[in-house]
Amino acid sequence: MVTKKTPLYDEHVKLGGKVVDYAGWFLPVQYEGLIAEHNAVRNAAGLFDVSHMGEVVVKGKDALAYLQYLTTNDIGSIETDQIIYTIMCYPDGGVVDDFLVYKYDDEEYLLVVNAANTDKDFKWMIDQKKDFNIILENISDQVGEVAIQGPKSEEILQKLTDTDLSKIKPFHFDRKVNISGVECMVSRTGYTGEDGFEIYSPAEGIVKIWNDILEAGKEHGIKPAGLGCRDTLRFEAGMPLYGHEISKEITPLEGGLKFFVKLDKKEDFIGKEALNKQWDEGLKRKVVGFEMVGRGIPRENYDVYKNGEKIGHVTTGYMSPTLKKNIGVALIKTEETKLDNEIDIMIRNKPVKAVTINKRFYKR
Amino acid sequence: MKVAKGLFYAEDHEWVKVDGEEALVGIADYAQDSLGDIVYVELPEVDDEFDKEEAFAAVESVKAAADIYMPVGGKIIAVNEELLDDPSLLNQDPYESWMVKIEIADKSELDELMTSEDYEKFLDEEV
Repeated sequence: MVTKKTPLYDEHVKLGGKVVDYAGWFLPVQYEGLIAEHNAVRNAAGLFDVSHMGEVVVKGKDALAYLQYLTTNDIGSIETDQIIYTIMCYPDGGVVDDFLVYKYDDEEYLLVVNAANTDKDFKWMIDQKKDFNIILENISDQVGEVAIQGPKSEEILQKLTDTDLSKIKPFHFDRKVNISGVECMVSRTGYTGEDGFEIYSPAEGIVKIWNDILEAGKEHGIKPAGLGCRDTLRFEAGMPLYGHEISKEITPLEGGLKFFVKLDKKEDFIGKEALNKQWDEGLKRKVVGFEMVGRGIPRENYDVYKNGEKIGHVTTGYMSPTLKKNIGVALIKTEETKLDNEIDIMIRNKPVKAVTINKRFYKR
Repeated sequence: MKVAKGLFYAEDHEWVKVDGEEALVGIADYAQDSLGDIVYVELPEVDDEFDKEEAFAAVESVKAAADIYMPVGGKIIAVNEELLDDPSLLNQDPYESWMVKIEIADKSELDELMTSEDYEKFLDEEV
């Protein structure tokens, strides 16, 4: 597969971004440095190119019924201009992807899916269409998207629009926001644990928006932010990443996302039976947060031991830039997930002590 | 990328500064730059012995962990403990921030390393 460039590729290069191939897209891991960018988002603002995200429109009379069947959360619970996080499962309860659903109206929704999963998701969605009276449209290539994240986000973005952004509440959006002369959709959402907005525009308008936001945010300390800190930020905030805390092999219940799996939803949904069974029988393994007691940084896929027996593996681990602690999330046997439990992380073939803690490491 | 003169370099981007039978070993500018912000360093114990190309230390940035390999075999006679307290020294000045001091086991192994001039060419052509 050919690696694709987002409409902002030239800007990343101009800004000195360290560009890598991520999920089939050329995107910057960092510009100035991961920690500086991470801290900018926590303390001021950071601007991310998220144009690689996939966008799928579901339209038609049965749009709601289809989404209720396709995903685990209760899509019927949101109003127009509201957003809900949901999970799309296989019949065995494994995860196809997790994403946000934007409700345009009763018969039209936008799904914003993980870049790496877009093609797989779209194919899966078509396969599940069956007799539902809907149209599915993959509009990923037409949409540019940036995310401004951090406590100064509203103040900065407000300079570029007449729309009163304070009226857009968390997990809500406005489809007609004029930013830098471009009509955009703006939602109060993000993947960092901070306040912030995600801005969707026609692909050709996104370069102007990107540059104007950086200019408007200069005096507030905004920095362009890369994929590197996107992951450390979401991790500190206890947010899952597909392929790590949830996957084809790890169900949302094991991934600690029961709140988003409405097992008592009146409609049937794909995976409902398997997930109900798993829940009734009791989870054999579950994700939990932990903090290193001994010296060392936990990393994805390091083994986790207890009393010499392997009990699971690390799903994400870092030296947390905000907390300055070596912390991680691990998928381990349920009986070992109680808090304050001493476990060992195998680092370069040596067991290093750690203790289980709540995985929501950072709260703003 | 900066390349300090008068050192030997390995293809894994470690440098060796030879002083008689002893040598300082560290990582090159290229290595610190590709890792990014270095936040953790693991060093061996004094008296540990390592063969050429054996992992003797680890350097980690927020994003990644990298093993550091011996450019030449030898015995550890000192470790730079300052790095344990401030791993970012490796980013700031990789050629001053030596990691270990070794007693070289077999000086003929130095012949297999690159000179500064060779390493500059290597960076241009191979990397």
